[in-house]
Amino acid sequence: MTGTVSCVQLRTPLSDEILPLKAGDCVELSGMVYTARDEAHIRMMEDGIPFPSRGAVIYHCGPVIKHGMVVAAGPTTSARMNEISGFLLDAGVRGLIGKGGMGKTVRDQIRGRGVYFAFTGGCAALASARMKLRDMYFKDLGMAEAIWAIELDHLPLVVGIDAHGNDIFSTVIDRAGSELRKYKETACSFGPCGKE
Amino acid sequence: MQNATSLRSALADAAFQAYLEAVIRLPPDVMRVIERAAAAETNPVARGEFANILVNLKEAERLGVPLCQDTGVPVVYLTVPPDLPFTQELYDAVADGIRRATEEVPLRPNVVHPLTRKNTGDNTGLGMPAVHVKPGDRLTVTVLPKGAGAENMSRIAMLLPSQKNQIESFIVETVLLAGGKPCPPVIVGVGIGGTFDSAAALAKEALLLPVDTMDEDEERVCSAINKLGIGPMGLGGNTTALAVKIQIAWCHTASLPVAVNVQCWANRHATVEVKR
Repeated sequence: MTGTVSCVQLRTPLSDEILPLKAGDCVELSGMVYTARDEAHIRMMEDGIPFPSRGAVIYHCGPVIKHGMVVAAGPTTSARMNEISGFLLDAGVRGLIGKGGMGKTVRDQIRGRGVYFAFTGGCAALASARMKLRDMYFKDLGMAEAIWAIELDHLPLVVGIDAHGNDIFSTVIDRAGSELRKYKETACSFGPCGKE
Repeated sequence: MQNATSLRSALADAAFQAYLEAVIRLPPDVMRVIERAAAAETNPVARGEFANILVNLKEAERLGVPLCQDTGVPVVYLTVPPDLPFTQELYDAVADGIRRATEEVPLRPNVVHPLTRKNTGDNTGLGMPAVHVKPGDRLTVTVLPKGAGAENMSRIAMLLPSQKNQIESFIVETVLLAGGKPCPPVIVGVGIGGTFDSAAALAKEALLLPVDTMDEDEERVCSAINKLGIGPMGLGGNTTALAVKIQIAWCHTASLPVAVNVQCWANRHATVEVKR
């Protein structure tokens, strides 16, 4: 598969080449990533990280797998992992992929060393067409919560939070908050113009 | 009229077919609003998100796989004709269809015990599938697979009759609080009136209404939401909501329930008539 010319091409494991990336940049990522949701994070904190963590990329995803193939594998909501991601960055993880953005804790933890990538929520078929299943860990956690090692072929991502503390999600939501305050002053009620 | 066994398998088959259709292909009205919004979007990051969404829809169709890995929990609506006895058999048949869909489509096994988190592995359990039954002319089954990212951002307010002017801002605020989490651009189902429980049921059922048309109230709330600028996936853009759909029921003179059921851009649902 050929990459999109305007997007930065990256391959895992990642290192300092991610530091110049800016929030809003388009990236195509290839190479191995490791899926992990809530249960896998908890398990890794207890039992250790079962894959090489230096330069690794975590994908917040609970895929559908059948006959050793990735059937569907879009991102899950990253915010659930807001308070349980620090140990991964401390162990050398350089990238997190998910949807919806992450909190201030992660923004501070990735500063100077990592990047949060946004992948379009719901795009599970686009994703699976660019994935090969390589390995799995913590099988007992079940399909959605286990760790799956997946090789990516040019997955299209956007830099959501960069290594300099710029966070596209928080910028957008701050602006939305001030729009809502303006709106509340002028909101039309469901009065005479409302439903009968 | 068929015997009970063949009715059960025919209804199970219809539930299976409806699930298969729903998780792979979006209904035409939902496709239309996505294509319309994609064409109108001016924010470059948002245009990229729409491009991914449109490629994804093509890939799901081409590969015959679920368009999203969160194949949801099964929410099912049945219409039951007058000549058909309303029995437990109907619920059992729907559950059969869901189990088969889980195995064959395949679906992700999402249904767990709320406290132990034990997973049955087949997307059924106590109270799951959630089946809603109404009288009708024909036996039909509609499935609305509901993903958790959007469902988790839903809210209900028991407003007072004097707080009618807060209905709109409650809806808009719900979308603001949801931010990028529910996979915007969202479709917003709203139930106004009824009771605590029926308002929520109305809000969810509103998601089944055609989303490519809106009345005046729905248009007004939708454009207020879009002024927030949250955009696809919370990355900013013109399109935060694709549609707002509102249903009402009469309520107690002292009540004004307002329920908002948030739905991701993948407003998946399909209806199949049971051949009898």
